[in-house]
Amino acid sequence: MKHALKPSQYAILIAVMLTASVGDTLLSRGMAQVGTVDFHHLGLLWQALFNPYVVSGIVLLIGFFASYMTALSWADLTFVMPATAFGYVVVALLSRFWLHEHLSIYRWTGIALIVCAVGFVANGPSRTEHPVEHHELDLMDSGAGR
Amino acid sequence: MTATTALRTWSCILGVAALAITGEVLIAAAMRRLGDLDIIRERSGLPGAIRAVLSSPLFLAGALCMALNFFALLFTLSIVDLSLAAPATASLTYIGNAIAAKLFLHENVDRRRWLAVLFVCVGVVLLSK
Repeated sequence: MKHALKPSQYAILIAVMLTASVGDTLLSRGMAQVGTVDFHHLGLLWQALFNPYVVSGIVLLIGFFASYMTALSWADLTFVMPATAFGYVVVALLSRFWLHEHLSIYRWTGIALIVCAVGFVANGPSRTEHPVEHHELDLMDSGAGR
Repeated sequence: MTATTALRTWSCILGVAALAITGEVLIAAAMRRLGDLDIIRERSGLPGAIRAVLSSPLFLAGALCMALNFFALLFTLSIVDLSLAAPATASLTYIGNAIAAKLFLHENVDRRRWLAVLFVCVGVVLLSK
């Protein structure tokens, strides 16, 4: 049960972290420009589709969904989860160093905790191997040998 | 906050988290059953991989739950503050996902992963302060 990810699989996990957070940031920036959408102004949703921030946000979120599902096809849900949480850290750091917002000590602590969580999980195996399946295979093998 | 408002707030938050957990576990189960997407893509190209994913009933059920989760979250945000709803649904989803992954996907959630779930929950709450 050794944990060995290929470089392309690391790239997928990094894509999961980055696309979700940057996509959400772009969407919220775009929607702030579009204005409040309520039931009387549903036409605004159509207008939003022409906002470059909204469009690039949607493209990134489609990319997120694709890479998230690829990751789930070879890793456990509980292995990929901390990677998605790392997106919050990316958003916080973006707001600190790009938008120059102030980060409180609480936020820095939160960032440190999520980074630790990613470290714990990344050190372990990425996929649970089910011994039951091997057992069944053994049974089949022994049946074939008889 | 009166008792009825609190009840409504927390049932909305629990509902959003429950839909997210069901959706993620169904999608994870679908992908686990399909097998490595990279291999499928090598064999039958990107359209083949997309077709394989879209023809999985588990995936479709999961995607439906995620769509419902999106609208439930929108509804919740109209009656609950973002500063409570966002971290509460996120941390409940993380805990619930870990429990559901152990129960339904039979993932080996060892001490390392429980600790990670706990750290992520506290981290998410702290980040929203």
